[in-house]
Amino acid sequence: MKRVARNPLLWILLAILSIIFLGPLLIMFFTSLKTAGESQSVPPTLWPQAPTLRAYDILLSAADNPIFLWFANSMVAATLHALLVVVTASLAGYALARMEFAGRNIIFGLIISTLFVPGFIFLMPNFLLLDAFGWLDTLLAIIIPGAAGAFGVFFMRQFFLGLPKEFEESARIDGAGPFTTFLRIMLPNAMPAMVTLLVLAFLANWNDFIWPLYVLFSDARLTLPVGLTKLQGAYTIDYPVIMAGAVIASLPVLILYIFVQRYVIEGVASGGVKG
Amino acid sequence: MAATLKGRASRRSGSPLTPYLFLTPYLAIFVTFVVIPAVFGIWISLHDWDYMLDSQIFLGLRNYADLLDETSLPYPEFWNGMKNTLIFTVASVPFLIVIPLLLAMLLNVRFPGRTFFRAMFFAPYVLGVAVIGLMWRYLLDGNFGIINSIFRTDIQWTTDQPWAWVALVGVTVWWTMGFNAIIYLAGLGDIPAEQYEAAALDGAGWWNKFVYVTLPGLRPVLIFIMITTILASANMFGQSYIITNGGPTESTKTAIMTITELGLRRYQMGAAAAESYVLAAFLALVSIANFWLLRDREAAKERRELKAERREIDETRRAGASA
Repeated sequence: MKRVARNPLLWILLAILSIIFLGPLLIMFFTSLKTAGESQSVPPTLWPQAPTLRAYDILLSAADNPIFLWFANSMVAATLHALLVVVTASLAGYALARMEFAGRNIIFGLIISTLFVPGFIFLMPNFLLLDAFGWLDTLLAIIIPGAAGAFGVFFMRQFFLGLPKEFEESARIDGAGPFTTFLRIMLPNAMPAMVTLLVLAFLANWNDFIWPLYVLFSDARLTLPVGLTKLQGAYTIDYPVIMAGAVIASLPVLILYIFVQRYVIEGVASGGVKG
Repeated sequence: MAATLKGRASRRSGSPLTPYLFLTPYLAIFVTFVVIPAVFGIWISLHDWDYMLDSQIFLGLRNYADLLDETSLPYPEFWNGMKNTLIFTVASVPFLIVIPLLLAMLLNVRFPGRTFFRAMFFAPYVLGVAVIGLMWRYLLDGNFGIINSIFRTDIQWTTDQPWAWVALVGVTVWWTMGFNAIIYLAGLGDIPAEQYEAAALDGAGWWNKFVYVTLPGLRPVLIFIMITTILASANMFGQSYIITNGGPTESTKTAIMTITELGLRRYQMGAAAAESYVLAAFLALVSIANFWLLRDREAAKERRELKAERREIDETRRAGASA
């Protein structure tokens, strides 16, 4: 093992890979600090020659492209969506994992079978449904329909299946009903899984593109990903402004990721292997 | 006495309705936004459905028949989209299967800072397609993009073929390879070290270990990655929408782009719904074929082993009985 760690080839390879993965993100950030002219210089510069916050100034004061509002919309929608997913999936996952009742296998089978149904077949009917509910062009369209996904229920059920039966038995001996048992005993033990699901649901919702692109219309109602494409239209060749928008949209998820990367990676790994 | 016992028992396990109460919040959303739309979508696809109009004209299977009729209006658009989705899937999936495996094998080696590098290679995946799309469109610019400057080329990556496909596949690999690598890595961790030790004792080199230990050990993971990667590639939308805008001359306009433009921009929802079901049917066929191709041998082997085991048990039993 030590021999491998001392092998210079390993470190050269890792250095090249680091440049490939981080380089583009760094250039995005550096470009946001350049002047419009420098962002189109040939050959391109790496560091900004005369760093400026001009792009950020333009973005924060552009009334027809309210990036603050988009940011707030994305934050509100992703947070509420993630909470909704965790609450509904924990309740359902617990019932499916630890309770006996008629129709359990049929319900679970129906939910799981939709894991392999491609999401695009729901685009037209859900658009019409939201129209009927009066939810088009509101954040409800971003928060609620996505919580119907089967992954969260599957993920929580797997986790509850792995907890020892003694938890519930001792709670029952103490005279606790099913809701008390769930709240006081099972949920505290399910914290790691719930945090993982919370983060995964937040990231997915924050980044979602195709759905908000078609169900949100007003400038003030957009989420960041859709807002960014509006910037692309409004500042076609002013790349520092577009890159500044991309930086603003990436920072929250990158910061979140730095703090909880272990949860994200383990969540993805367990979803894949046990799926 | 019996009554109190019964009362206590039902309180212990809760009312028979309890499980359904736990399920209700999720099922309410699930039924509203998955079950009902799945059926409602078929109903839409049987109509000339325009959501701007009050009443919809029933067409029967016309929307589906149109997709087989070369002279119909949606035919050329739809099959152009299907062809482009097929090109992208065939071009991207091999890279998305192989490169992440290599990356996972690298990360499976023990070296200091392994967790840090694992986190870094996954980082692009936590960014959305809008961010990475805009970023790469700038980096790939034909006149002042840094990619041309690094490779000393003069390629119009976003407006010339086949370079547009090269760019879209490359960006997708860069963006999503961390995801598959993490799943591979978990699969690699599940292969018992003894298997490698046994192979080493038999004199297997690294290639034989890879072919006879690693690959068979990864089979379930490989099935999962194959199916999800093909589905994800067939769902490609954002990269084309942002980086090439479907061009040049609609040559990178994918099936999903065609469907959403028809249904959600031009509001011909019946035809668009029919197209989405046809695409879904294709994907279901591919997934099933994939599953059987990769699964069958393993299952057959397991069945054979189980049979042999049973025979052995029977024989020892018989031997025990006779003795």
